[in-house]
Amino acid sequence: MAEIVDSVGEKAMSEFLSEAQEIVESLNRDILQQDDNIKRNKKDPDLINNIFRSAHSLKGISGMFGVKKMADIAHDLENLLDGLRMGKVIISPEVIDVLFDAVEVFNQLIAESGGGPKVGKRVLSTLLKQIEEVSKVAAEVEDGNPLDAIEIDSSILSVLTEYEEYRLIDNIRSGVNLFKVHASFELMNFDESLAQLSAQLKTIGEVITTLPSSESFTELGIDFDLMIGTKLSLGDVKKRVESDETNVIAIERKTDSPIPTAARKAAPAKKKKEVKAPKPVLAEEDEKDEDEVEGNEEEGGDDEGPPPEGGASGSLRSISQTVRVNIQKLDRLMNVVGELVLVRTAIQAISEQLKADQGFTGLAVDLFKESRNFERKLDELQGGIMEVRMVPLGQNFEKLSRMVRKLSRSSGKEIELQISGADTELDKLIVEDLADPLMHILRNAIDHGIENPSDRVSQGKPSVGRISITAFQKGNHVVIEIADDGRGLVMERIKETALHKGVVEKEYLTDMTQRDLMNLLFLPGFSTSKEVSEISGRGVGLDVVKTNIANLSGMIDVYSKEGQGSKFTITLPITLAIIRALIIRVNDQVYAVPLNSVLEILNVNMNRLRTIERREVIELRGATLPLLRLSDLFDLGEPMGGEGGVLYVVMVGLAQNRLGVVVDGVIGQQDIVVKSLGKSLSKVPGVAGATNLASQKTILVLDVGALIEEALSRE
Amino acid sequence: MAYEVLVVEDSAAMRSFIASTVEEIEGVMVTEAESGFQALKELPRGNFDLIITDINMPDINGLELIRFIRENESYKETPLIIVSTESSQRDRERGLALGANAYLVKPFTPAVLKEAVNRYLKD
Repeated sequence: MAEIVDSVGEKAMSEFLSEAQEIVESLNRDILQQDDNIKRNKKDPDLINNIFRSAHSLKGISGMFGVKKMADIAHDLENLLDGLRMGKVIISPEVIDVLFDAVEVFNQLIAESGGGPKVGKRVLSTLLKQIEEVSKVAAEVEDGNPLDAIEIDSSILSVLTEYEEYRLIDNIRSGVNLFKVHASFELMNFDESLAQLSAQLKTIGEVITTLPSSESFTELGIDFDLMIGTKLSLGDVKKRVESDETNVIAIERKTDSPIPTAARKAAPAKKKKEVKAPKPVLAEEDEKDEDEVEGNEEEGGDDEGPPPEGGASGSLRSISQTVRVNIQKLDRLMNVVGELVLVRTAIQAISEQLKADQGFTGLAVDLFKESRNFERKLDELQGGIMEVRMVPLGQNFEKLSRMVRKLSRSSGKEIELQISGADTELDKLIVEDLADPLMHILRNAIDHGIENPSDRVSQGKPSVGRISITAFQKGNHVVIEIADDGRGLVMERIKETALHKGVVEKEYLTDMTQRDLMNLLFLPGFSTSKEVSEISGRGVGLDVVKTNIANLSGMIDVYSKEGQGSKFTITLPITLAIIRALIIRVNDQVYAVPLNSVLEILNVNMNRLRTIERREVIELRGATLPLLRLSDLFDLGEPMGGEGGVLYVVMVGLAQNRLGVVVDGVIGQQDIVVKSLGKSLSKVPGVAGATNLASQKTILVLDVGALIEEALSRE
Repeated sequence: MAYEVLVVEDSAAMRSFIASTVEEIEGVMVTEAESGFQALKELPRGNFDLIITDINMPDINGLELIRFIRENESYKETPLIIVSTESSQRDRERGLALGANAYLVKPFTPAVLKEAVNRYLKD
């Protein structure tokens, strides 16, 4: 089996370890629950089946990955558990003990596979023997085939797994009523609706099987038949679940049923007591176990590994060394850090004050030192939490390279995908939301960018198209570039389309720079491709990409040269949890602008102002930069005006848009945690939220995206 | 001409092992489904030349999936391979009776899997 492991490699092995660990953890939880159920005399076939499934899965993967010791134990354990779920073996506290032992040994074996100490043969053989012993405590099996007793479609019976068939038999024997619940769902979200229905049905009985029905299967909808056993009557079940989409049909018992109605009273619990007789055997077994352990100690020279005791203590340690944490918990922690940042700033202010009042002596010096220490540790804490949220972009790239392979085949274009910087890390939330925009840009590149091989050759290009994805960190940002060597953007086509769609007036078109033209691509409904394609032409355009990127406070730019290809550049902040902001002043008001949207701060001479379409603009490096005066937007009265004919302009960018925000002054930079405004203020345009400054003063955080929208719509 | 293969398997490690092995075959593209439900959603989206399914899965089991596939006009001819452990012999036989073409008993080597896939794809 080593052959398999060799061929699947290290990555697969670590996948195996982490899945094995997950399974063993859930096994442990379920056994605890089952232990509790025994104490409460509660039956839960689903739970026992889950325990079985855990052992079954563990056997499957450990066999596949060549972890023989684990496969052997899982194999025997699976047999025991199969007996339990099929009612062939009685579940007793002794069985539970053995199951817990197995969990412990599994943990040791996982540790061993991960390079930990070897698990001794003794430990394994002892466990196997224990499993064998408890498996012997067989339950009494009833004769006859109770399936003959009910009116049920044989086509349903033919798809029941052995276990489901047993659950049906058990339900028939216990004398409950059987029903078929037929339900129709939308294909899109049937799993959720079905889960809801199942959960509802489980409160009144047992769901024996869930069958998809192919009769009414379409791209839109799917029907299911659920078979349930419950003490409730047809009327009661109907009352609870019947609706337009759901109806309930009784599965009748045949009148000459071999199972007399009296069977209802032949409580299975009673039978259990009868078979509890072999208990003494178990007691003996316990003693034997102790002997075994002693025997092992005597054999001190066993170089197989540490004695079971040592191994047992090692088993408490987890091998994969990872914890899964809900990201919201991290958000809460981050929030606290944000508040600590405020405390820090307040302490610094006090320290400064003290220094000013008393001079740099005594307490003032101590406070200053401690506040510095606090600051350093806080930075570490903040960095640490930030690091935990970071995941490599590579997880997106894997999906993308698969997609490229798929699309290149279906489109008949040969494409080579080059990826670099897969280990660049970004906030988990950002990475997740980035998958769709990246996919879209790639689809566009394959669909509209890369030419057919024959076209490429005739243009003197290699027949294989090349797409590259490059990611790298740049300060507090991550830059992702997606470049192709396809046909590039044709400026004339963009102009044509712009006119045709009425996006731009003809007279302005001549004034537009290349960059302005390319940015038209990001407008809703703008597509220069002549035919709608299978791959990307479903009415979703680059405008959606732009919106997605803007939602992540990111920027997107496109650069293209006809005949040579296009390059999209996405710039994203590393995290959104805590952001660095530029604190600005307009009239007497103070605002924060997220620094990751700030491109630069300009001193603009008043005489460079132009007015186009009643909008103030300036010319900047070949592009037109529209200006926005916050004093206008927020009705703050007359601006203080530029001193000496000079305006402060903070240039902000989001997606492909740029805007110059005219301010009176820049106060400085600060880390802030953005808090949402109350409902009454949430609709104020241009405001993303509020934050506290060191002075405990609350200021508004500007929403750059909304400001840009606002500025562009004022035409 | 690319072949599309649907792999239905609830164990992530096993699924990724099967998918990556099958994808090593020239001209084969794999769609993964982590449950029977997921498979039902994927079926109408793709144009599958082969389906590989586990039997013992949560939500709907592999047998139910096989019956569903065989009763459906669009997929009834699609070759189908069961991958299961040696313990589920009875369920495996039911699967064959329901119209599965072959079965592989876990554990199997990549070579065995590729050979089986090749046999049904090239038919």
